[in-house]
Amino acid sequence: MKVLMFGWEFPPHISGGLGTACYGIVKGLAYNGVKTLFVMPSATGDEDQSETQIINASDVAVNTESSSVDEFLDKVRFIRIGSDLVPYVAPNEFPSVINEERKRQVTDFRITYGHKYKFSGKYNSNLLEEVARYAIVGGTIAVRLNDQFDIIHAHDWLTYMAGIAAKRLTGKPLVVHVHATSFDRGSVDQIDSRVYDIEKKGMEAADRVVAVSDLTRNIIINKYGINPDKVVTIHNAVDFSGRENLNIDRGVKDKVVTFLGRITFQKGPEYFIEAAAKVLKRVPNVRFVMAGSGDMMNRCIRHVARLGISDRFHFTGFLRGQEVQKMFSLSDVYIMPSVSEPFGISPLEAMRSSVPSIISKQSGASEVLKYAFKVDFWDVDAMADEIYALLKYPALSEFASHQGYDEVNTLKWNNATAQLKQVYESLLR
Amino acid sequence: MMKKSICLYFQVHQPTRLRLYRFFDIGKDSHYYDDFANRTIMRRVAQKCYLPMNALLLDLVKRYKGAFKVAFSISGSAIEQMERYVPDVLESFRKLAATGSVEFLSETYYHSLSSLASPEEFKSQVLKHKEAIKKFFGVTPTAFRNTELIYSDEIGKMVRDMGFNVMLTEGAKHILGWKSPDYMYSDPIQPDLRLLLRDYSLSDDIAFRFSNKSWSDWPLTGEKYLSWLKAAATKGDIVNLFMDYETFGEHQSAKTGIFDFMRYLPEIVLKDGTLEFVTPSQASKKLKPIAPIEVPETISWADEERDVTAWLGNELQQDAFHKLYALSDKVEKVDDSFISSDFGHLQESDHFYYMCTKFFSDGEVHKYFNPYDTPYEAYINYMNVLSDFIIRVNDAYSELGAKFADKSGGAAKSPKKAGKSDSKGLTRPAKITASKVVIAKEPASKPAGKGASASVKKAKAVAPKAVKTKK
Repeated sequence: MKVLMFGWEFPPHISGGLGTACYGIVKGLAYNGVKTLFVMPSATGDEDQSETQIINASDVAVNTESSSVDEFLDKVRFIRIGSDLVPYVAPNEFPSVINEERKRQVTDFRITYGHKYKFSGKYNSNLLEEVARYAIVGGTIAVRLNDQFDIIHAHDWLTYMAGIAAKRLTGKPLVVHVHATSFDRGSVDQIDSRVYDIEKKGMEAADRVVAVSDLTRNIIINKYGINPDKVVTIHNAVDFSGRENLNIDRGVKDKVVTFLGRITFQKGPEYFIEAAAKVLKRVPNVRFVMAGSGDMMNRCIRHVARLGISDRFHFTGFLRGQEVQKMFSLSDVYIMPSVSEPFGISPLEAMRSSVPSIISKQSGASEVLKYAFKVDFWDVDAMADEIYALLKYPALSEFASHQGYDEVNTLKWNNATAQLKQVYESLLR
Repeated sequence: MMKKSICLYFQVHQPTRLRLYRFFDIGKDSHYYDDFANRTIMRRVAQKCYLPMNALLLDLVKRYKGAFKVAFSISGSAIEQMERYVPDVLESFRKLAATGSVEFLSETYYHSLSSLASPEEFKSQVLKHKEAIKKFFGVTPTAFRNTELIYSDEIGKMVRDMGFNVMLTEGAKHILGWKSPDYMYSDPIQPDLRLLLRDYSLSDDIAFRFSNKSWSDWPLTGEKYLSWLKAAATKGDIVNLFMDYETFGEHQSAKTGIFDFMRYLPEIVLKDGTLEFVTPSQASKKLKPIAPIEVPETISWADEERDVTAWLGNELQQDAFHKLYALSDKVEKVDDSFISSDFGHLQESDHFYYMCTKFFSDGEVHKYFNPYDTPYEAYINYMNVLSDFIIRVNDAYSELGAKFADKSGGAAKSPKKAGKSDSKGLTRPAKITASKVVIAKEPASKPAGKGASASVKKAKAVAPKAVKTKK
């Protein structure tokens, strides 16, 4: 069995958890005897290709024959016309633009015929434009490699359009993998309707929708109106191969409680600050660290200053590579107070570093972790209680540390991808 | 008729900029300073401003045989950097001092805001600065200028108590009202303390507007400026032109003609004959205060507001400030030269200035002087440094307690040197050894009997000896 997989990023160049998850999935599938062709917008060549073949969309010329441009557009025109991707067009002007747009696309294709499009592969302001181009290139790749794969698998909304195009052009089954939804990215009034529409289209066009947690599965069913029968939950796993726990000499003698992640509303940073202030009233020799950056960072800094706990509450800014490991090895308690978290891989990493973790009940990870401490994200009293207990009762923290370490080692991509393989098989039957 | 006066004073200061100090460095690395940036900037400013301008001033002083006079205030932080990186600048200031026509003012050694936090720290820094000026320039300052011209009635009292009878501050509109800054004023509570107020309009014509081509009075010629000086002086007694020394060659580059302007100005002023140059101390002898002026709220020479909000305006600044000065007692008791020096450098007003969020009104000026991209970065970096410093102070403090307990034969005698702030000095008893905790509780419970206070006093006398012998 072979899978044409559309991703957006792949280690070592990643900006979020998506690339890491894709890497784990590809390796896990290889273990289960499933080969993958991994397409990404902008590969740099230093990706690990031992388990998959990377196809760099930036290297693929759109080689549709001139004569068949119209035919090609008949199949994929929805990419631009049917979605909201036409720039600067309000919905009410939409119908009148369609014909014009079609003409323009024909010209566009003549111009780009035989040309390569250089994707940035980043999450920048031209993102929607890149997503559309990626779909066109993705369709081209699917047609060219038609005889080399059985299933199409697209990760997150950025690649759904490419997945749909590939499905339309080859007729092969499509799996979309939901790592996060618009509802995990912003509060309800901040949702980008263009992104939501692409997500919905992808889920509707897919033969199966894979959710990373039951929490996410419920969102897919309730907020996107997808038929529950085709939505399956496959929990994320974590790949610790090649990872050694660091033994860092500690600079501070105090206990360290760590929050690590983007400092955004979804991650609940302010609940952490409130809990920290409560703990500091009782325990003097503890320090709190907020590692990461994000749009709430400045607000958090002011919050800490106002509470007057800045000599015990530290900010590190964005941590890169080894620094993340270093931070875990300096920590005594890890906390993930997310308001909404499709899965949340960081507590698994903390537990792998033998750091007891407190996670919010509103996270996908809480569905699989038995030895993490679970609290509601808003319940700062409970959070403070757990932190206090883990700092003060060594028996508890040692127990949580050992059990947690053993537990996360059982969460393997090999098992998760075995489930994924079953999903593929059910579609090919 | 007595000639009207012009008083020129230039501020010389360079902050000791902090390096990028990460959370990971806390407890591991106690070198806090960006030596490269400090050296580079000091050398650049020396080349562009200090050396050429000092040479020009020396030339003017000599040419007009003492009729041309200026005053400097040089922070201890700047002197340290000059000694380390550009000793020839110190030498050129020494030459100016030797002419007798250049006055050196007194200020806080670390260009600090200590006048707003701790009278003890303020006084000790003023003394430290006085010694440094004596050592490097061979003169003893007699006039005082506070960091950023910060002043209030309360600060005036502290300055008078230290024996100064003239002080420089801002001619802030909101304290002067209809009054002109171009007179000598006095402090209402301390009538002996005379106040020289900056004429900010005429000062800023040089410091800020000189090279501004969209200014309706650009270009500023010597004749034009002289006519303004005379207009101000006919209504008043003295025009106080106070500005950063870096105005010459650094803020206003040489190609704007600022050096030519300054070379020409004394010539036409002296030729005109209605005005004479004085230094602050001379002015205080020459002139009589015209009226007392009340300043209940603190003023400074910064921004539109002329208050201290550039340094202590937001919660970040206030938090950092309070956390820092909460250490005063312990630092004093520990009495370690490295700790004291770091404590001083962390007090430089610039660190708090970098955390300023008033980007909308005076953002341009703030940005120019700021090594950080955002005030938040400045705050985080500062707090990381301060966290390490707090650990060092606490460690040294508990060590001091332990050693003292050994020397004095246990817990019977209190190691506390100053009873007045005991409870404040021991907020974290967890860090202190067992015997120490017992001692710590003693003054807090305050038996209030004669015997108890006597033992505290005795301890006070013994403690410094105990500290010194271990060095």
